[in-house]
Amino acid sequence: MTPAPLVALVGNPNAGKSALFNALTGARQKVGNYPGVTVERHAGRMALPDGRPVELVDLPGAYSLDPSSPDEQVTRDVVTGAQEGERLPDAIVVVVDAANLDNHLRFTLQLVELGLPVIVALNMIDLAKRDGLTLDPAVLERELGVPVIPTVAVRRRGLDELKEALAKTVQSGAKSVRPGHGAVSDDIATLQRRARALSEAATVSETAVRRWTHRIDAIALHPVFGSALLLALLFVMFQAVFAWSEAPIGWIEDGMAWLGGAVGGALPPGFLRSLLVDGVIAGVGAVVVFLPQILILFAFILVLESSGYMVRAAFLMDRLMAVAGLSGRAFIPLLSSFACAVPGIMATRTIDDDKDRLTTILIAPLMTCSARLPVYSIIIGAMIPARSVGPGIGLQGLVLFGLYVAGIIGAFVAAIVLRRTVTKGESSGFMMEMPKYQWPRLNDLALGLWQRARIFLKRAGTIIASTTIILWLLLSFPKPPVGSDVSPVDYSIAGRIGHQIEKVVAPIGFNRDISLALLPAMSAREVAVSAIGTVYAVDNPDGDAGEREIVTNLRRRWSLPTALAFLMWFVFAPQCISTIAITRRETNSWKWPAFMVGYLFALAYIAAGATYWLAVAIGL
Amino acid sequence: MNVAASIAPPIRLSQLPRHRASKVAAVDWEMLAAPEARRLRELGLDEGVGIELLHQAAFGRGPIACRIGRMTIALRRHVAGAIHVFP
Repeated sequence: MTPAPLVALVGNPNAGKSALFNALTGARQKVGNYPGVTVERHAGRMALPDGRPVELVDLPGAYSLDPSSPDEQVTRDVVTGAQEGERLPDAIVVVVDAANLDNHLRFTLQLVELGLPVIVALNMIDLAKRDGLTLDPAVLERELGVPVIPTVAVRRRGLDELKEALAKTVQSGAKSVRPGHGAVSDDIATLQRRARALSEAATVSETAVRRWTHRIDAIALHPVFGSALLLALLFVMFQAVFAWSEAPIGWIEDGMAWLGGAVGGALPPGFLRSLLVDGVIAGVGAVVVFLPQILILFAFILVLESSGYMVRAAFLMDRLMAVAGLSGRAFIPLLSSFACAVPGIMATRTIDDDKDRLTTILIAPLMTCSARLPVYSIIIGAMIPARSVGPGIGLQGLVLFGLYVAGIIGAFVAAIVLRRTVTKGESSGFMMEMPKYQWPRLNDLALGLWQRARIFLKRAGTIIASTTIILWLLLSFPKPPVGSDVSPVDYSIAGRIGHQIEKVVAPIGFNRDISLALLPAMSAREVAVSAIGTVYAVDNPDGDAGEREIVTNLRRRWSLPTALAFLMWFVFAPQCISTIAITRRETNSWKWPAFMVGYLFALAYIAAGATYWLAVAIGL
Repeated sequence: MNVAASIAPPIRLSQLPRHRASKVAAVDWEMLAAPEARRLRELGLDEGVGIELLHQAAFGRGPIACRIGRMTIALRRHVAGAIHVFP
C-alpha cells in the first residue's frame, strides 16, 4: 500500500500555523520526534474532499531556509528532502499572516523557488481587515504563480477551499521533481525587497486604524503599570492553583477512597489486599489528587502563551534576566517550569544562543514544579501549625511561598555563577517578534490540557504504580524471623539499603523514613509521598491507608528541623528521572545532565544541612 | 518644512521620540554580531522601512519595542543604537 500523500505546513512563527494544523486535523494528532535531533514532530491525518487521506505535518516556525536553531534546521531539511525519517513532502502549505505580508512573503518566495507544489494560506485575514488592510489574493496568486487561499484558522474559515486546492495539487501520488539544492536565493535583502513590492501590489487599501494591540500594549508594556500587571497575573495564577483546586481534589479523594473500599471489600485480608489497597491505590491516589493543580497551572501558561502576553512578559523581564546573564526569552521556559521542568526545558529551543540556552536548562529544575506540591503540601500540612501570622497570611502559606522564593533565588544565583564559569560567554541579545493579542481558543486550550492530563495520568499509572509496587516488595521481604524484635521495615532489603543511605544523610537531619523515600523518589518527586506512606503501611499493616495515616505518623516520628531540612532538600534536589532524561536529549550529551545532577545534589545537601542545623540551633 | 526635515541628519532609533513614524536611514550592520544582524534582516529591518519607537522598558536600560514595517519587535538598546532613522 502506498502511504498517504505528505503535506507539510510551513511558515513564519506567529503566522497561526499550529491553529491551522489543529483546525485541519482536530484531535487526530501524533507527537513524535525526528531521529537524532530534539525537535518534536507533529503529524495528523485529514481527508480531502474526494475522500483521499493526507498526512499533514506541522513543521517548526522559521524565518528563512537559513536555519539558526535546531527547529529551523528541521524545517529546512524536511522541505528539501534532507531530513532523516521524513519523506519529501508532496506539497507545502505556506501559512502567512495576512497583516504581515512584507515579512512572511519573503520566506514564501524562498519556498516557492524550491519547486515543490505550494499552496499559500493567507491566514488571519480577519485581523488584517480589523487593522484596516484590504488585500487582493488574486494579485498574489498571479505574482507567485501558486494558489492563494484566504483563511481564518481559529474560526475554521477557508478550510474547505484549502482542502479543495490541496486535492487539486496533490495528484495521484506522483512526486514532483526533487528540488535542486542551492538553487534557492539566500540573499535576504533582495528577497525582502521583492516581498515588499509584492505585498504593496496585493494591498488594495490601507487605512490607519488604532490597533487593539497597541492599546493593550500601552498598559502591558508600561514601565510601571506593566510590571504591576505582570506581578498581579503571577499572583492570581499561583493563588488559583490552590483556591480553584480544592473542590476537584475532594472529588478525587472521595473517588479513591471508594475504590480502595471496593477493592478491599472484594479481596480476602492478606498480602495482596494490602499491596493493592495500601500500596497501589493509596500511592497512585496520593499523586493523582494533584491533577487539578497541575491542570490549572498549565491552563494559565497556555492562555498566557496563546494570547500573545508571554512575549510581553519576556520584554518586561529582560532587564532583570540580563543581571543573571540571561535574556527575557529565558523567562518563558522558566515560567513553564513552574508547571513541569520537562516542557520548560523543551521550550528553551527558541533561545538561539547556545550558552544562554544551556544556562536556562541547568537552572530550570530549580523552579518549583507541580510535582513538588504533593511533597510540600503533605509535609507543611503535617508539620507546620495552621496559625495566622498577619491579616490574611497563614504560616503554612508563608512557608510554601518561602520555598518558591528559595527556588527562584537559588536559580538566579546559580545562573550568575554558571555564566561566569561553565557557561561563560558573551551576553546574548534579546530580539523577539511581539505577536498581536488574540483570544485564546477554547478548543486549542482543551486539546493542550488533555495532552498534559494524559501524560500525567500515564506517569501516575505506570512509573508511580510500579515504583510503589517494587518498593512495597523490597520493604516486605525478607520477613524478620518470628520472635525477632527488629521491625519488618528495618529487616527488609529496602530497610538495609535505607540504612546505608542514612549514613550519608544523617548529618543533615534525615531519618530512616526519608532515606527510604529518597531512592524511589528519583523516579519522580511526588513518589516521596507514596513511598513514605508505603513505609508506614508496611510498618503498621493495621493502620488506615492513605494521607491521614501519613500525617499522623509524620507528627509522631519527625522533628520540625528534620521536616524543614527535607523541604529545603526538595527545593534543590534533581529528583526526577524525566528531567534528567530530557536534559540528556536536549543537550545531546551525558556531560550536562551529569553536571546538573551533581551541582543540584550538592546544593540540596548544603541547603538542607544548613536549614537543619540552623533550626536545631534556634531550638525549633 | 518638509525640505528641512529630509535634509536633517539621521538620528539613532533610541533618540527618536515615541510614536513618531519614521523611516530607516541606515543600519550599522558592522556594529552587530552576525547572528543578530541576520535575525534583524529576517525580521524585516532594511533601509527605507517604516519604523516607530513604541515602548521603553522600565529603569531606562531595558529593551525597547518598536514597529518595523508592520511587525512589533523587541530589541536591546545596543541594537537600537545601530539603527539610524530620519528624525
